[in-house]
Amino acid sequence: MPLSHYLILSAIMFAIGVAGVLLRRNAIVIFMSVELMLNAVNLTFVAFAAQLNNIEGQIFVFFVMVVAAAEVAIGLALMVAIFRVRETVFVDELNLMKW
Amino acid sequence: MHEILFYLFALIAVASGVAMVLHRNPVYSAIFLIVTLFAFAGFFVLLNAPFVAAVHVIVYAGAIMVLFLFVIMLLNLKRDPAREAGKVTRRAIGVILVLAFIVELGALLFAATANNGVSNNIPNANSLVGSTEVIGRSLFTTYLFPFEVASILLLVGMVGAIVLAKRKLE
Repeated sequence: MPLSHYLILSAIMFAIGVAGVLLRRNAIVIFMSVELMLNAVNLTFVAFAAQLNNIEGQIFVFFVMVVAAAEVAIGLALMVAIFRVRETVFVDELNLMKW
Repeated sequence: MHEILFYLFALIAVASGVAMVLHRNPVYSAIFLIVTLFAFAGFFVLLNAPFVAAVHVIVYAGAIMVLFLFVIMLLNLKRDPAREAGKVTRRAIGVILVLAFIVELGALLFAATANNGVSNNIPNANSLVGSTEVIGRSLFTTYLFPFEVASILLLVGMVGAIVLAKRKLE
């Protein structure tokens, strides 16, 4: 199994995540797209770990997951807090800091 | 066998990823993301990383996506296509940026996978690498300090989430 196939697939998934962040207006869906990008990077790590027969890539994936979990908890709490004040999670309508 | 499963999972992952981005309803987006994450767990098993695959399913499908669905239902978002669509110019700029990014990634991959003397093939499974025992040993010896820092990060995240989501602090 060629490594390049995994790299190409991971690039495609990352591009889908970027498309989600740039095209969607719902902050929750944007968060999900960020998760997709993190997973695409994880796939690259594991593919390289398998090719180099090395454990470090998988260790790094473990830490990426920890950061992703913390990020999601904080991000969704922020979303709930914003929704309470502004009654919306559409990023176009969150323009308080825009000048 | 590896190839067939890879293409099957790749098809599932890409199709549900695109569906996640394009679907108007965030609940369906979350469901499609769960499907994508399960396909990723399949890749991890194929790449001889069963521990990562198991943790991936437990953490993402079991914890993170439940949190997403919970918040989506908690916020009770009114579905409004006009608000979701946004301005046409902004959308066009987004499409252009995405296409530019894809071209960039393609050029990068083309350059990286050209002949550079490095073997392209993933060697056959060595059952020891990726087992829970090997990862655990590495995590609790070489990477003990990052592991402890990660636990503090999770604690900070937990406290932060509670403080942010609380209506009023007395």
